[in-house]
Amino acid sequence: MVEHRRWNDILAYAILTLGVFIVVFPVYVALIASTHDAATVVNGNMPMLPGSHTLENYYRAIFVGGSRYSREPVGQMLMNSFISAAGIAIGKIFISILSAYAVVYFRFPFRKTAFWIIFVTLMLPVEVRIYPTYKVIADLKMLDTYSGLILPLIASATGTLLFRQFFMTVPDELLEASRIDGAGPFRFFKDTLLPLSVTTMAALFVIQFIYGWNQYLWPLLITTQESMQTIVTGIKKMLTTTDELAEWQLAMATAILAMVPPVAVVVFMQRLFVRGLVETEK
Amino acid sequence: MEKSAVFKGKLLPYLLLVPQLVITLVFFYWPASQAVWQSFLREDAFGLNSEFIGLENYQALLAQPEYYKAMATTVVFSSLVAALSLSIALLFATQADKNLKAAPTFKVMMIWPYAVAPAVAGVLWLFIFHPTLGTMARPLRLMGFNWNPMLNGNHAMALVVMAAVWKQIAYNFLFFLAGLQAIPRSVLEAGAIDGAGPYRRFWTITFPLLSPTTFFLLVVNVVYVFFDTFGIIDAVTGGGPAGATTTLVYKVYADGRLGGDLGGSAAQSVILMVIVIALTAIQFRYVERKVQY
Amino acid sequence: MANVSLRSVRKTYPGGFEAIKGIDFEIGDGQFCVLVGPSGCGKSTLLRMVAGLETVTSGEVDIGGRVVNEIEPADRDIAMVFQNYALYPHMSVYNNMAYGLRNRGMPKPEIDTRVREAAQTLELAGMLDRKPRQLSGGQRQRVAMGRAIVRQPKVFLFDEPLSNLDAKLRVAMRVEIRKLQRRLKTTSIYVTHDQLEAMTLADILVVMNGGQVEQIGSPLDIYRKPATTFVASFIGAPPMNLIKLSGDEIRTQFAGDSRSAAEAGILGVRPEDLAISGEATAGGGITLNLTVEAIERVGAETFVYGTRARAEKAVSATPGELPEGEVIVRIPGQDAPAIGASIRASAPRDKLHLFSADGRNRIDI
Repeated sequence: MVEHRRWNDILAYAILTLGVFIVVFPVYVALIASTHDAATVVNGNMPMLPGSHTLENYYRAIFVGGSRYSREPVGQMLMNSFISAAGIAIGKIFISILSAYAVVYFRFPFRKTAFWIIFVTLMLPVEVRIYPTYKVIADLKMLDTYSGLILPLIASATGTLLFRQFFMTVPDELLEASRIDGAGPFRFFKDTLLPLSVTTMAALFVIQFIYGWNQYLWPLLITTQESMQTIVTGIKKMLTTTDELAEWQLAMATAILAMVPPVAVVVFMQRLFVRGLVETEK
Repeated sequence: MEKSAVFKGKLLPYLLLVPQLVITLVFFYWPASQAVWQSFLREDAFGLNSEFIGLENYQALLAQPEYYKAMATTVVFSSLVAALSLSIALLFATQADKNLKAAPTFKVMMIWPYAVAPAVAGVLWLFIFHPTLGTMARPLRLMGFNWNPMLNGNHAMALVVMAAVWKQIAYNFLFFLAGLQAIPRSVLEAGAIDGAGPYRRFWTITFPLLSPTTFFLLVVNVVYVFFDTFGIIDAVTGGGPAGATTTLVYKVYADGRLGGDLGGSAAQSVILMVIVIALTAIQFRYVERKVQY
Repeated sequence: MANVSLRSVRKTYPGGFEAIKGIDFEIGDGQFCVLVGPSGCGKSTLLRMVAGLETVTSGEVDIGGRVVNEIEPADRDIAMVFQNYALYPHMSVYNNMAYGLRNRGMPKPEIDTRVREAAQTLELAGMLDRKPRQLSGGQRQRVAMGRAIVRQPKVFLFDEPLSNLDAKLRVAMRVEIRKLQRRLKTTSIYVTHDQLEAMTLADILVVMNGGQVEQIGSPLDIYRKPATTFVASFIGAPPMNLIKLSGDEIRTQFAGDSRSAAEAGILGVRPEDLAISGEATAGGGITLNLTVEAIERVGAETFVYGTRARAEKAVSATPGELPEGEVIVRIPGQDAPAIGASIRASAPRDKLHLFSADGRNRIDI
């Protein structure tokens, strides 16, 4: 529309800049805090420009840990977060692409039953059934293991629905052409469906990686050893000491470290991220 | 919607379903049914004995004033977060939908907080508004405002709401922007020709056409506040002070873990499940068109 | 090398819908058979039954002397060209053509020879490494053809393969397909709803309607002697004029001509067989008195749309495009009467077609 274009644009820029400021501000403060020493941070009047303790803080956070209380270095936690996030993403893709293939491309007794059994899981996030799930994991001797961190979180229908939706858009003629070309269910999956699903898989991976990385309650419950903690749960534990004694500069460095991988994924794989988010709608 | 071209296969489809079904049964149905069963039991402190007590756990729960308080807290918290994050996101989305050169940059700048873990978001906001060392606490106090989320329940609530809204704007922004971009330009142009100004166009054309998105987001936001904000609350306030920020989900956790009252916690889980199923049922009515099984 | 025979073939869908209501015909070795009919007539379903993509409810589908009802599509020795081509979007042109051969375990060198040969024939030689999305519509169509050719099957099946192309390319590809089929001498079944495509491609033309065969024959035989009013109005453009006859007209015009003429209820005459003349034709032809309503000049010829006096109403046949009472006259050149003028259009007796009143039977005079 042509009407007062200029004005309109200026207003839009002003509002959006304000928005970006609000969005960036907390992270900026954290970033600044992670560059100062403990004394500067806790005196309540921290400068808004970077300090000189950046390397020291990050080095200590990653490799040494806290000083006053024995705190694990976050290097190991980063590794744990990475393994469980990747495990959740890959595991979910694996089980859901197979089940979606069965539900869409085959007709068999109890097909709808199987679909509904999977579908219902959409309704109840892990938080609702947290203790019984904990008990199952304990009974299976999976406390403090990666399987324990991963498996309960891949029991959901989002991936199955996403692949199902994608498979429905694959033209029937491709399957028919494959059948005439002599490809059975296995070959069709491997030679045609899988290559076509690459983008969908990548989109799901991005979403599930972020979901897995950001888990909090579940890892908090089932990890008792510090060596199995994820970074997101680790930050909280750095702050559970009396506030004045908490090493905020290290906590903030850790917070930044905890943000970097998932944020990088969103920024650098923006198209996949948006696609995955919009298509899983959850 | 069904495929007409399919394979025959007798055993194969079942084999393909096995991994997901096993995981779903072991880690979803089994715990969920345990929760229901446990809500009818009383367990001693060591978990050695359990006794079937029918609805006593529920009765005890519904007699607790704390439970109603948690319910009220949840309602207040959800409404505040949903209302604020939706309206702020809509404001930003309508601006980013204008044909600006920098729109793609703004888009990335707005959506990345989605990737920040709720617990981390909580820690960031706690740091800024920390009563003694927070960057914002000092100006607040200078203005004569006795800011202390550690002691004042309303302040604590304000803080968790801010952190939750901050994180949720990204998601809402993304969906609003997609919704806005799906509105055909020609409809807005027709509105302009019919003499509607930008403000009027927004409320009479854009907003009604956006209502499916808004409704979808409303439900998703409420579910988000129920569950995903657990990390924020635990990191910022731990449910306090004096239970001022204890939501239903947080209470399930706190009663089971800290109080060791597994039966009561299970009863809470079951009630929560019912609420979530009701919410999701509403959402599915909307998603129905997509899932026609 | 194979004949294809259909014997009392039926298809009933689970819902009870009868798509194919008992069809019998045989296609000789190397013949080009075209199934034509309006959409929903069952022609695609029939083709897909031959391919093995739809099950046969009853009857037999026989390819090269072997009943294939229960045989997988891959083992029927057929190749199919789909309407949307169904190229594998992630495979190169080369792999699209080679895929079916590889699945059959053909040795690599032979696959290579066949693919390159087909690419040569179809002028795709420079594009073997491209992906389908990098090709134009016509090129994609040729890849789909290539995928069929390399298999050297007994039968080619074409499911409206040209309908996604623009008009000009469609004509060019039509000629290509015919030339290719003549050279390869492979039995072919081709489905289309375009009667022009049907007329120009077919050795045998099968006109279908409502799950049944209306008429089988060579294209020109069908054009000359349509068996039903449906065929009469479907084959030929613009469609044949169909005029309902009253008892009196039959008596005066055709009485005593033949024993069955008395049963005739509908008179058909093609627009190109009518001529505008001042006087009635002799020798038992017909003359129609028309008021000119509209003129269409297309260059080499002109279509005159006229309405007849109320007494002589035209029949609107399915899928007749003519409204009741309207008659089209096709005349060469650009000279045409003025709109509103009264004209007389006449046709000689040997150009007339007579049908029973229900349109289901042709009556020879």
